[in-house]
Amino acid sequence: MIDILQILISESFWAASLRISTPLIFGVLGALLCEKSGILNLGIEGIFVAGAMSGWLAVWLGAGLIGGVIVAGLTGAFFGLIHAILTVPLGLSQHVSGLGVTLFSTSLSYFIYRTALPNVSSPPRIEPFRPIDIPFISDIPFLGEILGQQTAMTWLALIMVFIVWFVLYKTPLGIAIQAVGDNPNSVDAQGLSVYGLRIGSVVAGSALMGIGGAFLTMSAFDAFFFGMVNGRGWVCIALVIFASWKPGKALLGAVLFGAFDALQVRLQTEVGAFVPGQIFLMAPYVLSIFALMVAARKADYPRALLTPWFKGER
Amino acid sequence: MIRIENRNASSRLFKFSIPIISAVVSLILAAIPLAFAGANIGEAYLVMIKGVFGSVFALSEMLTRATPLIFTGLAAAVAFRARLWNIGAEGQLYLGAMAAVSIGTGVLDISGFLLLPIIITFGCLAGALGMVVPMALKTRFGADEVVTTLLLNFIILIFLQMMLEGPLKDPMGLGWPQSAPILDQGMLPTLLTRMRVHSGLIIGLVLAVILQIFINRSIWGFKLRAVGENISAARHAGIGVNKSLLGVAICSGALAGLAGVSEVIGLKGYLTADLSPGFGYTGIVVAMLAGLSPIGVIAAALFIASVFVGADSMSRAMGVSSYLADLIVAMSLICVLIGGFVSNYKLTFTKQKKVTFK
Repeated sequence: MIDILQILISESFWAASLRISTPLIFGVLGALLCEKSGILNLGIEGIFVAGAMSGWLAVWLGAGLIGGVIVAGLTGAFFGLIHAILTVPLGLSQHVSGLGVTLFSTSLSYFIYRTALPNVSSPPRIEPFRPIDIPFISDIPFLGEILGQQTAMTWLALIMVFIVWFVLYKTPLGIAIQAVGDNPNSVDAQGLSVYGLRIGSVVAGSALMGIGGAFLTMSAFDAFFFGMVNGRGWVCIALVIFASWKPGKALLGAVLFGAFDALQVRLQTEVGAFVPGQIFLMAPYVLSIFALMVAARKADYPRALLTPWFKGER
Repeated sequence: MIRIENRNASSRLFKFSIPIISAVVSLILAAIPLAFAGANIGEAYLVMIKGVFGSVFALSEMLTRATPLIFTGLAAAVAFRARLWNIGAEGQLYLGAMAAVSIGTGVLDISGFLLLPIIITFGCLAGALGMVVPMALKTRFGADEVVTTLLLNFIILIFLQMMLEGPLKDPMGLGWPQSAPILDQGMLPTLLTRMRVHSGLIIGLVLAVILQIFINRSIWGFKLRAVGENISAARHAGIGVNKSLLGVAICSGALAGLAGVSEVIGLKGYLTADLSPGFGYTGIVVAMLAGLSPIGVIAAALFIASVFVGADSMSRAMGVSSYLADLIVAMSLICVLIGGFVSNYKLTFTKQKKVTFK
């Protein structure tokens, strides 16, 4: 018990938690933005893969780290556009279309990676983002230690939480996005474009997912591996429901999840001799299901989520 | 102005041809990645066709590959028909496979001819359990089955690794994480001598026919379709929606479990953690290509299996990545989705009158 307490008050533990939660913060924000406009995006798992691969490949080809992030965002936006076209103007099943986008983006990424690097036994490495030291912040006790170990991408994720919150709740555009997810007819009656708002939200949300994927290859690790996303996308979909579609709660959920993941790794080294390691590996997924069970009934669903809308049809 | 209009009636032939057109289009689109990889496109297609239809052995390999896809395709088709989104066939497949090796490797002292039916029964039960749990979470807590079944896939796969390193590990396995072999009397017979195609295929074909009849001709099937088409109308009509959905969940999970059983006792003879290269997820594509019809699942599974086997042999011969097969499968799903839209709606072009001011 004392050991767990010691872990929980150490700066390195919380620094690791924030690092682990970074791709989830991007992913949850992206999924939240899509769903706020009424579109469930199950393409997230594959868009993570595509972002991770394309961002890494761009850096490896010499685009630079910032260039890599931009490429990953554009890749995410591209697959988001496919999902948006299939589900918004065509009004097709959001479940099946999302899974289709996941299959398509995953297989395309794997195929391009294998074609670009046919005969490599160990994946080539790039120079990833380094932790940045911001003068005043690193002087703050405890918090400074945690934030001082983060890379620019984690900072970007934290800033994005604020931006998404601000846009959704403090701008006319955000009010329109929320309205189109609740009652598209009212938005149409206002003379705004339901299609435009929904497609824009899905594309922007998917770009965030792509950048989240790029964190894996450009900040957390320095290479691309098959299967490295490993269900993180689906965890994000669960976290959005847990967060009841609120950006602040989404950040909290992602960091709590990251903390739990960091804790299981540390516990594994403590009591690994007595308990099979797989119990700890399973824990994050089990936790996600528990989070769903607790939050699902209370969650404040966008009312038009999963409902297609056609112009001129009521 | 372009407007989207509902087609009041689309001909059966048109609907029937959509999956075939989608399959052909996805194969044609495969030329783009082939060109990107720098392969001779014509030769690549020839090698693929030869790899599937070139010999009895190649055909047998294709049918072997199609067998688990028939089961997982049926699992998805039955569930999706009732709008129950079972994305957990991959996990349920492994639950069935684990049940098979728990029973079939000589733990139980069962006389010869009984072993096979007992393995199959418990495999179905294990798979069904894998779908009943998310179903209960849905009705009891309102937890979305899409997310829970997806997450359960990962939980079950980790659980499988734990079992293969623990209780299910073969003591004679030289330290590899694999199960002990299934007893001979617990194995399904093969269909051709010295070929891998096995009687799991026959079970799959028979089940597809039975399901086709049940969904279209029985009260159970009627309720299933009613729930799928309009859940609130079904509720008003007095159909026990939760009970119907539970039946669908059991049926769908059991079919996915059977896929795992058939792979273990028909093909491999033992269980490893790489038994399925995503059969559960590919089953969703099979079901969609089949238009959610059980008989159609057979044709769709044969097509997808051909793509995989053909791309494999093309990859060996020409060095193009075999991920091409996954790419073709994903593209065929997107094509059939768009095709479904085209068959239900049409675009009409209306001329806007020009207003001129004098």
